[in-house]
Amino acid sequence: MESLSSLVGGFGVALTPQNLMWCLVGTTLGTAIGVLPGLGPGLTIALLLPITFKVDPTAAFILFAGIYYGAMYGGSTTSILLNTPGESATIVTALEGNRMARSGRAGAALATSAIGSFVAGTVGTLGITFLAPVVVDFALQFGPAEYFALMVLAFVTVSAVLGSSAVRGLASLFLGFYLGMIGVDLQTGQPRFSFGLFELLDGISVIVVAVGLFAVGETLYVAARHYAGRDEIVPLKGSLYMTREEWSRSWKPWIRGTLLGFPIGAMPAGGAEVPTFLSYWLEKRLSRRPEEFGTTGAIEGVAGPEAANNASAAGVLVPMLTLGLPTSATAAIMLSAFQSYGINPGPLLLQSQGALVWGLIASLYVANVMLLVLNLPLIGLWVRILKVPPPLLYAGILVFATIGTYGISNSVVDLVLLYILGAVGFLMRRFDFPTAPVIIGMILGPLAETEFRRAMTISNGDWTVFFTHPLSAALLALAALGLLGPRIYALLRRDRRAETSPRGA
Amino acid sequence: MFTKREFLKASALAGAAGLILPRFALAAPVIDQIQLFVPAAPGGGWDQTARAMEQVLRSEGLIGGAQVTNVGGAGGTVGLPRFVSQYRANGSAMMVGGMVMVGAIVANKAAVKLDQTTPIARLTGEFLALVVPAQSPIKDAKDFVAALKADPAKVAVAGGSAGGSDHILLGMIAKASGVEPQKINYVPYAGGGQALAALLGNQVAGGISGYGEFAEQVRAGKLRMIGISADKRQPGIDVPTLKEQGVDVELFNWRGVFGPPGLSDADRKKQVDLVEKLVASKAWQDECVKRDWTSIPLTGDAYAAFVKEDTARIEAILKDLGLAS
Repeated sequence: MESLSSLVGGFGVALTPQNLMWCLVGTTLGTAIGVLPGLGPGLTIALLLPITFKVDPTAAFILFAGIYYGAMYGGSTTSILLNTPGESATIVTALEGNRMARSGRAGAALATSAIGSFVAGTVGTLGITFLAPVVVDFALQFGPAEYFALMVLAFVTVSAVLGSSAVRGLASLFLGFYLGMIGVDLQTGQPRFSFGLFELLDGISVIVVAVGLFAVGETLYVAARHYAGRDEIVPLKGSLYMTREEWSRSWKPWIRGTLLGFPIGAMPAGGAEVPTFLSYWLEKRLSRRPEEFGTTGAIEGVAGPEAANNASAAGVLVPMLTLGLPTSATAAIMLSAFQSYGINPGPLLLQSQGALVWGLIASLYVANVMLLVLNLPLIGLWVRILKVPPPLLYAGILVFATIGTYGISNSVVDLVLLYILGAVGFLMRRFDFPTAPVIIGMILGPLAETEFRRAMTISNGDWTVFFTHPLSAALLALAALGLLGPRIYALLRRDRRAETSPRGA
Repeated sequence: MFTKREFLKASALAGAAGLILPRFALAAPVIDQIQLFVPAAPGGGWDQTARAMEQVLRSEGLIGGAQVTNVGGAGGTVGLPRFVSQYRANGSAMMVGGMVMVGAIVANKAAVKLDQTTPIARLTGEFLALVVPAQSPIKDAKDFVAALKADPAKVAVAGGSAGGSDHILLGMIAKASGVEPQKINYVPYAGGGQALAALLGNQVAGGISGYGEFAEQVRAGKLRMIGISADKRQPGIDVPTLKEQGVDVELFNWRGVFGPPGLSDADRKKQVDLVEKLVASKAWQDECVKRDWTSIPLTGDAYAAFVKEDTARIEAILKDLGLAS
């Protein structure tokens, strides 16, 4: 109940006209940068850091949190409408969302993602308010062995995005492993596949790969088809918003996505991508209409991952506010802003800066409501993007992708990479290789490798750590179940049918 | 080159200084527009140094304005060649850099080295801290060294990237205690936050990072700080130095500024002058306190000699660690 009264005090801070204004600026700016490919919340906040010299800390953090939540909302829009996710966390959204858009349900896909984001963001913020200490204790239980087991579980999810041909899907996955391996190896400090280029020593940014494969690749693909005179006109069918059936198919994935996203987001090496992969895989397994996945687009495949993505954004704030632990690039930059105010983020932050922290948490609720109000009416406007003549639209995407990529690093090498990857993305589309496994491989591959080697280093080469740690063993068992379960189940059913049918005959 | 507006501004200032308020003559900018080059992404230590410099220089009237450019990557070795080639002999350009860059140049075998720049001044340093989880049986640096001597493989220590300052300090501690540096069990993490999580979750035996990174956790009783790498006791910090405990090791993760190559003596003097006025200002001292930076100014030739010496020292320890040949 102590949290409740503190929260009321926090709303007192967040609802002052000035702070409401900062919140509105933050959420609007966040939505805009989320929509633009390449630009992310981390970079935007970093560029806005000098503002900390001018405004008071509460206002600055409300602004930053607004940008952070806003970017999570905005990122899904281009994924759904144009199949060009601007960041790695919304790649999964593009899988089903864009298929839905192509079969005329763009409005519903945008609505389920906006409302799902609202539900997940609100539940996540409730989690920050009441469960933060419990969640953070659980998250700290995760050592290298547990992370490796979690990555193994996440690898199972690859099976959901492999597409029609396993060989093609696995080829894509291995391309992702390769791309993820480029750069200085964290454990030994030695460069791998960097070809003597200093620009490659830090590795290739996942954002460059995502924007290259999806945005540039998609643009080239559309251009190629345009030339052949086969412009696709996306039809808009039925209600702009969700039907009753779509509501009933969405709410469970929202909840499941939130439950996956929040705790994984709170883990120091969890991130936003792993829960979206897990959620997509889970929804595909549980759906009563698996035939819609990958064909006309299943709404569950949008609702779950979007909720997971936004809940993980709330999760990331848990260790940041309770322990001063930055677990994502964006959180790290927000922490450096704390330092420029002379505030030391740490376990005592809540006591020493109670008004600031509770004001920030209260403003997260406000930001969520603002984003819903901002985004729902915009859906009508966004879907009209599809009516823009493709040459103009895709030229615009190309321009933004280029500017965004150059803006991240000021590096020409990144631009060259962007276009090489764009060409690769085009060829992959042309020859029917799925692109999502590349990103999954690129994110999970290095994580799994690092955590595996860390676990082995700490245990002095003892292999059994993965099975003697209960959490790790449980996760590995889940992974085995996820991979083998359906096959065993199918076998059993066939056996039973084989047993019963002769009798029936 | 002056634009018309800057010219007007400058002449107005000069006029004001010369005719109306002669005692404000000191407040005229030392360099009107400076270009601060940061060879790292926005948000990190070098970037914060540049932004704090810009803020203080401007508020003290030492500069008219500043432009900050970030070119990040590979511990500064991506930005360095760009700075050296693009700003040659440009008296208004300065680059922020530091010990991390010295290490990265050695480890990455970079072709462009710091001796191609014009060292201007060292500004700040952060000493490192050695910590253990609160429930660890290790109580002080002596216990730590004893454990290290008994079996270095059993003492897993978390810190930043391989070959960085944290790794270097552990290597120096091992060497000073007679343990083969290549035998140490160092577990590198991408960021300080993740290493901290490993310590709080009791996954590793110890951890090394900048003092500021651990300070709050120590205050909250979640970690125990058993030694700092400073040369002497620090005011307000109730932790003995490693040296006091018989581990003859001293390491500052220092940051400083460098001018471009081919700088004229007059320009170099101007830049040194600018930084000397900066570090003497109250506003800069306040920034340092706020950000947990120790002000360790050193300018001109003494700084150039220091950079050379530190490069040799780091090269040697990286060789001991097997990270450089």
